Amino acid sequence: MWQKLYDELQDRNFIIIIAVAMDSRADAARPWIEAAGPRYPALIDRDHRVAELYNMVNVPQAVWIDEDGRIVRPAENAGAYEAFRSLDRQTMTVPEDKMATAAAAKATYVNAVRDWVLLGPACGHLFAADQARARTAAPNADIVQAHCHFRLGQYLLRQDRAAEGREHLAEAARLHPASWNIWRQAAEPNETGLAAGPEFWARVDALGDGYYYPPVAMAGMPQ
Amino acid sequence: MVTTATIISDLGEFDVRAGPGTGQGDGLWLDRDEAAAATGWALRPEGLCRGDVCVPVPRDRDAAFAADDKVNIAAFWDLLGMPAAHSRNGDVWALGETADNRTASLRSLDAPDFTLPDLHGVAHSLSDYRGKKVLLATWASW
Repeated sequence: MWQKLYDELQDRNFIIIIAVAMDSRADAARPWIEAAGPRYPALIDRDHRVAELYNMVNVPQAVWIDEDGRIVRPAENAGAYEAFRSLDRQTMTVPEDKMATAAAAKATYVNAVRDWVLLGPACGHLFAADQARARTAAPNADIVQAHCHFRLGQYLLRQDRAAEGREHLAEAARLHPASWNIWRQAAEPNETGLAAGPEFWARVDALGDGYYYPPVAMAGMPQ
Repeated sequence: MVTTATIISDLGEFDVRAGPGTGQGDGLWLDRDEAAAATGWALRPEGLCRGDVCVPVPRDRDAAFAADDKVNIAAFWDLLGMPAAHSRNGDVWALGETADNRTASLRSLDAPDFTLPDLHGVAHSLSDYRGKKVLLATWASW
């Protein structure tokens, strides 16, 4: 998704930095990154530092940062659309119209990034400072405490103190139930390495009318 | 009793010497220099300080906060209402920032800096890319 955009815009004073959360039980991000072979920095974020600092709860999320290091679009869903929630679990297929919506959402987001890189503030997708502040989700005491338990848990897992480490990951997930990042990192992966077993689907079902990927506030974005 | 500890903070991971009392109750007794390097908070005559902010040692309880050249970082963290988590025996501590600090940082709109390695172990900081527009995106293996 990002490689093509980066190749197109790399001479336009633009960089993509992708922070990849990694399963501490295995070098799980390595094959993914190597297969993608990105020419922009793909960074290993075992402890979810970016999620902690920017108060993110899922992937993909993204922040737009200008040449002066200023946030011009705060953390948000990076153009993902929850077509997977329409998955028929018998046939394992997603309706075509949902797939089309997902493709449109992704294209809208990528096009907006391109507009920003080429047009700067004239692109129409940037927020004024007060709007950007208002759109910044603030962490609470439980969330910052959750990240402490998460970092501690990840460290202990790396030290082969698995039982103790898992206790802290579980506590992190309990304190920050809105974080899919923490829950999925702590969950047992299925046979394909994804945290997408029955418990995952139970959590998705529990969202009800709530979003897994909240719609991006962006002109032209399918809602 | 532990004699060394690992501190995990916004500044990174640090292996430090741990003084007596570490791991008992909420004690994390560090040499003042190592505490400053690992946490950014330095023990000065006016109290424990980071930048322009100083927290005085509570007058009637000073023995619980500082002694000789050692400082009980856990006690200060608790006093400041900052989040922390530690291993059962007190040899590993994760020290966080308050929700208010994180929120103020984000709402300043100055993008919080971080340093992370790529697959080859090369460290990249967000601030290395100042002067370019940056799309900072996340992904995961799961």
